[in-house]
Amino acid sequence: MTFLRHNLFWITLALICAGYLLFWALLIGATAGYSTPEHWMKALSAPAIRHAGWLSLATSTGAALLALAIALPIGYLLARKDFKGKALLDAALDIPIVLPPMVVGLCLLIFFQTTLGRVIEHGVEKGQLISVFGWFEFASPLKLPGFMVFTYTVAGVVLAQFTVAAAFAIRTMRGTFDHLPARPEDVALTLGCTPGQAFRRVALPAARRGMVAAFCISWARSLGEFGPILVFAGATRMRTEVLPTTVWLELSVGNLEAAVAVSLLMILIAVAVLVIVRITGERV
Amino acid sequence: MIRLENISWRAGAFDMRGICLEVPSRGYGVLMGRTGCGKTTLLEILCGLRPPLEGRVWVDGVDVSDLPPRQRGIGYLPQDIALFPTLSVRRQISFALDIRRRPEKEIRERVGQLADELGITHLLDRQPDRLSGGEKQRVALGRALAAEPKVLLLDEPLSALDEDVRGDMTSLLKRVQKDHAITVLHVTHSKAEALALADVILRLQPGGIEIEKTAA
Repeated sequence: MTFLRHNLFWITLALICAGYLLFWALLIGATAGYSTPEHWMKALSAPAIRHAGWLSLATSTGAALLALAIALPIGYLLARKDFKGKALLDAALDIPIVLPPMVVGLCLLIFFQTTLGRVIEHGVEKGQLISVFGWFEFASPLKLPGFMVFTYTVAGVVLAQFTVAAAFAIRTMRGTFDHLPARPEDVALTLGCTPGQAFRRVALPAARRGMVAAFCISWARSLGEFGPILVFAGATRMRTEVLPTTVWLELSVGNLEAAVAVSLLMILIAVAVLVIVRITGERV
Repeated sequence: MIRLENISWRAGAFDMRGICLEVPSRGYGVLMGRTGCGKTTLLEILCGLRPPLEGRVWVDGVDVSDLPPRQRGIGYLPQDIALFPTLSVRRQISFALDIRRRPEKEIRERVGQLADELGITHLLDRQPDRLSGGEKQRVALGRALAAEPKVLLLDEPLSALDEDVRGDMTSLLKRVQKDHAITVLHVTHSKAEALALADVILRLQPGGIEIEKTAA
């Protein structure tokens, strides 16, 4: 009784935590209980779903690598330098986090319908007029080949995933560099490093746990991304269909068993990622 | 030789104006002053980590005011030591030589020689989180000396050490300064430490630098 009275506060907190975990366990348990192993096997052996699974893994990995590549310099800049407009930039970088996902997809779709977007996708002929958002127009001084077609392609899936995931990676890397003292990098400068060498040789190795975390968070976020992909890259079977799209496609044709099987597969992947993050986090 | 000419610096309410300071070539200068009076800031201005509002910095007769830290030939031991968290002691000491792409053989010899001089040969394969305070100081000293600096800046290097280790470290600092023929500027709050080491004692006051002792 005395123990209870003395620890009432902590016991209450523990009960709230246990209640929240139970809520999630019930959700996953109900989803798992809805499906049978036969449904599982049938759904997961379907070529379209297998294709979506592999495409999800590949595009999420690509998007997470791109997100990490951009998060490292931006996170380091925000953590180490004070400059005018920093607070504004900091807030602007969170826009993809607060925007509704469908809106991100729509923005991408509309951007690639502008002249600039079309130049990026299809190139431009010499002398062709290029309009920058209707603000000003100029004739292209040279012929340029297109960089890559994104709209309704696999590259578009990666770009849609990257657009949202990068914001999470930047937050993670900024937090990581904020927590690392800058002094070793200062010492490296006096020992002969350029700022770039100090970043590469001192800050990056020290930030490796944060890098693993940023990669995993953006990978997981990319794997679950749905709205921007649907709007920008479409939901073409055996082409731009990823696992969240599969769930939506199967639900829309009333195939609840397949939707549940794919959902469970995504839950398994998410748990595997969590375990890998924990193990890697301990080792690196 | 270290010379600061009319250095001014300001951050918020903190204001430092017209600071002039000189430590003769191969001399051991000790800089004292109350907490928060700008001693560490002066060291950072000297090695180029902070740009002063105005004033010039001279090292060995050369105006280094516009040079980046890597070109000033200054070794710096900050108060928190700041060893590189992921590198072994060996890699810490060889860091400056690796950056300069010196031959492997030269790096090996130099690391061995410095480790021997500083009594840390048995620590070469350890990571920094497995070192004591005194060992970390020696490693940081080796790391700075490997670059063969003309000037060594020490920010309260003995303040976090036990009494018995402090005595050893004091002798080591004096010996290193003589053997390497370098100019040292050492920041401390301890009068005893200053008297044991200094050729010149400088006190940073609100009005400027006051010289308390010069070598006979």
